Amino acid sequence: MIYDVAIIGAGASGGSTAYQLSHYNVNAILLEKCCDASFGVSKANSGIVHGGFHHPTTSLKAKLEVESIKKFDALKAELHFPFDRCGILVAAFSEEELDVCRKLFEQGKANGISNLVWCSKEDMLRREPKLNSHVTGGFFAPDGGVIEPYAYVQRLVESASANGVALGFNSKVVKGEFADGVWNLTDEQGSIIQARYVVNAAGLYADKVSEACGAEKFTISPRKGEEYLLDRESPARPNHVVFPVPSKHSKGVLVIPTVGGTTMIGPTADVVEEKTDDYTTAENFSRILKLVEPMVSGISARDVITSFSGLRPVILEQEDFYIAPSEKVANFIQVAGIQSPGLTASPAIGEYVTRLLAEAGLKLEKRTAPRVTLSPAIEARKLAATELAQLHAENPAVTDWVCRCEKISEAEIVEAVRHGHTTLDGVKFYTRSGMGRCQGGFCSARIMRIIARESGIPLEELTKRGGNSYLLAGKLGSLEVKGN
Amino acid sequence: MIEYIKRDVAVIGAGAAGLFAAAETMKGGCSTIVIDREQRAGGILNQCIHNGFGLHCFKEELTGPEFAAKAFELARSADAEFRFGTTVRSIKRNDDGTFTLEMLSRAHGVTLLDCKAVIMAVGCRERNRGNLAVPGRRPAGVWTAGTAQKLLNIEGVIPGKSAVIVGSGDIGLIMARRMSWCGVKVQAVIEIMPRPSGLVRNIAQCLDDFNIPLHLSHQVVNIHGTEHVTGVDAAPLVDGKPDMENIKHFDCDTILFSVGLVPSNELMLPLGVEIDPNTGGAKVDSNGETNVPGIFVAGNALHVHDLVDFVAEEAAETAHAVVRKLNGTAPCPRYAANTRNNLRYVAPLKFASGEKIHFRFRPTITCEKAILTACDAGGNEIKRWTKMFVCPAEMIQIELDAPGSDITFNLEEVK
Repeated sequence: MIYDVAIIGAGASGGSTAYQLSHYNVNAILLEKCCDASFGVSKANSGIVHGGFHHPTTSLKAKLEVESIKKFDALKAELHFPFDRCGILVAAFSEEELDVCRKLFEQGKANGISNLVWCSKEDMLRREPKLNSHVTGGFFAPDGGVIEPYAYVQRLVESASANGVALGFNSKVVKGEFADGVWNLTDEQGSIIQARYVVNAAGLYADKVSEACGAEKFTISPRKGEEYLLDRESPARPNHVVFPVPSKHSKGVLVIPTVGGTTMIGPTADVVEEKTDDYTTAENFSRILKLVEPMVSGISARDVITSFSGLRPVILEQEDFYIAPSEKVANFIQVAGIQSPGLTASPAIGEYVTRLLAEAGLKLEKRTAPRVTLSPAIEARKLAATELAQLHAENPAVTDWVCRCEKISEAEIVEAVRHGHTTLDGVKFYTRSGMGRCQGGFCSARIMRIIARESGIPLEELTKRGGNSYLLAGKLGSLEVKGN
Repeated sequence: MIEYIKRDVAVIGAGAAGLFAAAETMKGGCSTIVIDREQRAGGILNQCIHNGFGLHCFKEELTGPEFAAKAFELARSADAEFRFGTTVRSIKRNDDGTFTLEMLSRAHGVTLLDCKAVIMAVGCRERNRGNLAVPGRRPAGVWTAGTAQKLLNIEGVIPGKSAVIVGSGDIGLIMARRMSWCGVKVQAVIEIMPRPSGLVRNIAQCLDDFNIPLHLSHQVVNIHGTEHVTGVDAAPLVDGKPDMENIKHFDCDTILFSVGLVPSNELMLPLGVEIDPNTGGAKVDSNGETNVPGIFVAGNALHVHDLVDFVAEEAAETAHAVVRKLNGTAPCPRYAANTRNNLRYVAPLKFASGEKIHFRFRPTITCEKAILTACDAGGNEIKRWTKMFVCPAEMIQIELDAPGSDITFNLEEVK
């Protein structure tokens, strides 16, 4: 079968493009090298819907970011991912910083964000009592918010799939050749996927995919961001996302009240050599603490429950997104260098790429078939006793708690597995199970058992996130025991 | 349909503490329901298949599951009622001082339980890699020792073939032996402190007997592996800081963290129960009662014990106080217990005079011989105890005829 479009990369950009294309009579396939959506760049994201003021008015970043910000409410209503428009505060702690803040504020206005509110020191403290009283002023961006990035991407992909887009996981594209109007993409297993158009949304590896397809040569440099997550009980949790005044290469180290109820501090921004360098370091932990402690009160290293790092895919020569048809090869759209605010801009990225495909000749005809809608995920923790009691009559698993810290029921774990998430991380991203203070200490064994039962995969073959990430070495008794 | 039930006492947790508490409240004439998340009684004891339990309580050496079965029998034969597979989602304190527990289970859906007193016997949780912000990568193969123990002993699966254990807590030591027995090569145990944090007998029986090296004063500074763990780096501590010039690398596919236990307090915090920062558990008086009247805590949810027998004994004492409290005959603890030197904490923090009271401590020093003294508010020594071999891994317990005065406990090494 020859697809109309093959999208490479099931992250925020690829997922959004697939979601957009699922509204048309287009045969599309979404290819992903990992075993699940959002397992690459998108998973280790700060989870922020930005405020539209960080990027210069003329940039593609600003254009797509601003276009997207308003779209999240409708998307949430349709796709049911965790999102809260809690607002963003940019806080200055000196007169010099206040000047930068003012420029940012003006830039936001120029970008078309009309509801930014300039704040005096008192206004800032009234809006956010957790701010350190040394704050000198700043501004409030009411449209900004927090989002669960993996859940968002998973739902985009789920909706695309429910509406006709084919999914090809564990499919790493290593070669692409265009002949007779058709791209022949070869994946690592040797399978050939044929499509008339290719969208290169391969994140960190967009340069490799471009090269493998004979398209433009460019380099994606990973810019690492370390994040540290604080316990739900942390007294530091603010009501808004708190930004410092940004530096040249990053929006700075922030304090984020995550949509899941924890508090996150980070990220750092350091270019690293390797695309697999996801190490966190003690030095960066102290660096982050030093930066956020003067901003928000109540931050304590003792409240850390986990840490991770993500790699932003950056094209160093241009700080902007690179979204354009290839000038070297036909029917090939580059969606590269999608660093921050990539997640925020992703709804408009999907639309923009769809327009570029149409301009390149793809026929777009609205689908007439009624759209398959997604049901909201079960969230037993949010239901009152009476609602739970009612739901229990049809699904007894809703009152069977599995993850005690995040209060996730067996019904939710089962739902995740039935939606194709058969790894421990896949289930975690779909449900939040294992994201709390015990970090899966109590529930991992039971979740593994549920995944095995529901998926038919033997317990010993389960993985953390696909590939070689096996969770177990075998059944008890399978190893040779040597005497002393 | 919501189920409504009413009992005198709710015991949350059917581990050692909950089972002993329930047996005693039933014997005291209080209708008691024991609630547990798991499908059977025993809690963590069920995964502790090694022996060494019960010498004090049952006068014989038992395995964890055997101890659990005997404790369950005590509670069951006292006619305590059990709800397994049941999670307490919230506890509401009513205006009349009673409590309503919202309980969730597959069997009953939602149950609202009204009771006069709650005994929190909810145990503790393991600190993990994330809590320590250990640097490195996030491959598969990083577990807490307790999770690995559950995988091995309950699920019957082996986490890896070659392991490094971080922290020399008892569970880590027990797991070093357990893993060796099933064919896993245990490369090393890495301990940040200059002394092991587990019991002396466990060092001998679990490490020395299996030639497993213990690296004291070493800190884990990196975890390697893209998809699966491939190794771990540890650096010796020099002046309290890792010496990065002398890193030791260990190849392994599994890392188990045994780096301490923290009392579970999730259900208590929303009630306004005060937490002792020194234990991580609630502040209680000699009735085992918190600052919230009617909320009692016992066992590892109060402070982390090293022997289950002490958990059982403490829980039984608390249960007796609950019975007296409900009968209106409990004494009123009004005097404070304080600590001075070399003691991390004392429990209880308040006590009633004229009672025989057990005080429990965690020392901060290690020495061959030490003197523990109790002084009254005027500084006069009331009693002294000589303690042989004192270390942070071993809880100290003493019994005292409580005076009508605040007490200060002090521990000093005898050279």
